[in-house]
Amino acid sequence: MCNCGDTLIPQIGVITDICTETPDVKTFRVEAIGGGKLFEHMPGQCAILSMPGKGEAIFSITSSPTNQKYMEFSIKRCGSITDLLHFDVEVGQQIAVRGPYGNHFPVEDKLQGKDVLFIAGGIGLAPMRSVINYMLDKRDDYGSIDIVYGARSKEDFVRYDELTNVWPSQKDTHVHLTIDRPQEGWDGNVGFVPNFLKDLKFTPDKTVLLCGPPIMIKLCLAALIEMGFTKTQVYTTLELKMKCGVGKCGRCNIGKKYVCKDGPVFTCDQIDEMPNEY
Amino acid sequence: MLKLALAKLPELCALMQKEAELLVPAKNKAGKVDYKAYAEGVEICLNEKTSRSAKDAFFPQVENLLKFKSEGKNLSLEQILPPDHATILFGVKACDARSFKLLDKVFLSNPVDSYYKARRENCLIIGLGCAEPEETCFCATFGIDATNPEADINTWVVGEELYWAPVSEKGKALTEKLSAIFVEADDKAVKEQGEATKNILSMLPLANFKIADKISAKELVTFNSKVWGDLSATCLSCCTCTYVCPTCHCYDIRDYKTDDNTTERFRCWDSCMASDFTKMAHGNPRKTKLERFRQRYMHKLVYFPENNGEYACVGCGRCLEKCPANLNIVKVAKALEVSDDV
Repeated sequence: MCNCGDTLIPQIGVITDICTETPDVKTFRVEAIGGGKLFEHMPGQCAILSMPGKGEAIFSITSSPTNQKYMEFSIKRCGSITDLLHFDVEVGQQIAVRGPYGNHFPVEDKLQGKDVLFIAGGIGLAPMRSVINYMLDKRDDYGSIDIVYGARSKEDFVRYDELTNVWPSQKDTHVHLTIDRPQEGWDGNVGFVPNFLKDLKFTPDKTVLLCGPPIMIKLCLAALIEMGFTKTQVYTTLELKMKCGVGKCGRCNIGKKYVCKDGPVFTCDQIDEMPNEY
Repeated sequence: MLKLALAKLPELCALMQKEAELLVPAKNKAGKVDYKAYAEGVEICLNEKTSRSAKDAFFPQVENLLKFKSEGKNLSLEQILPPDHATILFGVKACDARSFKLLDKVFLSNPVDSYYKARRENCLIIGLGCAEPEETCFCATFGIDATNPEADINTWVVGEELYWAPVSEKGKALTEKLSAIFVEADDKAVKEQGEATKNILSMLPLANFKIADKISAKELVTFNSKVWGDLSATCLSCCTCTYVCPTCHCYDIRDYKTDDNTTERFRCWDSCMASDFTKMAHGNPRKTKLERFRQRYMHKLVYFPENNGEYACVGCGRCLEKCPANLNIVKVAKALEVSDDV
């Protein structure tokens, strides 16, 4: 392993568990060789995984920093690197990882004591899960927790067991699930997240953490504004093509901001000031 | 001030070569001038601007970062360390010398790029005062003194002589080692040449070119200007401007399998003008040529100044010379200046 300190040089870890979450999402557990985590992170930060021969891609770290044993990455199969991760990687495979990169959700200051509303769509739960489990492990530091999560179908919920059994049993924690279309065996809500939000009639005194496909983010934000929320209350996390992870390779900028370094977490009023190029 | 006869240049280079790897401007196979490692017989070309900038010395077009070895499920990696030997970069014009300070803001800001840093720290820069500025030159726009590059040692070719003035401690130390080859000189000839160069500069087409303050004043206003459509229409997306630009620093990181079990990872220059630069599995935020063209100039004229307080341009004029579609930063800045929506 390398101790050179250059940020572009990864460390070697090992995949110790692979959980098939949905038809196209798997969660990979990564530990240092010999156990423990490769590095510490904060909720919302990202790491770059290598598939030697194919290259690197950046992913949000889905496990909470409070987890002392390992890091987890929930990864949707949608490109060349994620294809390899899904099809070629088995438990015991060693993998190169570098990070952590980017800023994080303000769990240590601005979110303390706040009632928090999480809104996620599809694989957008991956970065949220890190924050949710962090807050649940430090439950008394935060107010009420509401989690609104939408997926295409029941089979597309990531961590269904955690959603339906673990989280709802925590103090003042409520999970609201919705799927896009009616489905046999589903008696929960049906419909898209933005409308579901309005039906749930949240009061605009909550701080919102929002992540999902760009179109969902835009529509949810519009719904929240209609409900009386302001853009400064809404945090989201962005994703763009990245190579270096440290604001030098010139790839992930939106205007003067580099998503890898200045983000990925932004408030929606910050995003308003950026060119519409994401 | 010191000097030596130009005829003694090979002798000087041979002496410098004993101290460090020496990079000099010389004719390449295509007959163009570019930097190359000095060896006996290399014909040094001090009177032309190099066709590529001098950034290769610190940010090479391609460099290997590491090697992966896989064996079954096991993976090991070996970092390919940046070179740690001393280099001397000879004949750097003032525009290129300034570009290093701009690249420093990118590569030496936290987290420091150790590859760039190693090359930069191990290098001694010998500047060369401009005597024949070209019609495409506009370094004065950025407050650069063409006759006095920001370097460790400065040199000037006047007639059949090379004048030599150490500036930094590093430059003085090298000069000390080489002292036997020089004779003392006064600076009269260099001063006269400097006046003549400034006189030429004042008569060149871009002598009074300035970048209007309003361009960088409001990011979104400049971004949304209608000028980008017309400006970008004839761009061929060939990326030449990027590769010859001394301040362009975008790079890619790629893997190359040398055999079934071995992968080399390298970094290479990339360009924001390339169509796949920002392409992801789920889409591309800069789909059109207009968006990519705009990105490059917004970076130089707006984003870089916002982040670093300076334009990402040194007025070397290479994009004016090399663009096959006659597009360049001057044309863009002028179009934005006269546009009524900026």
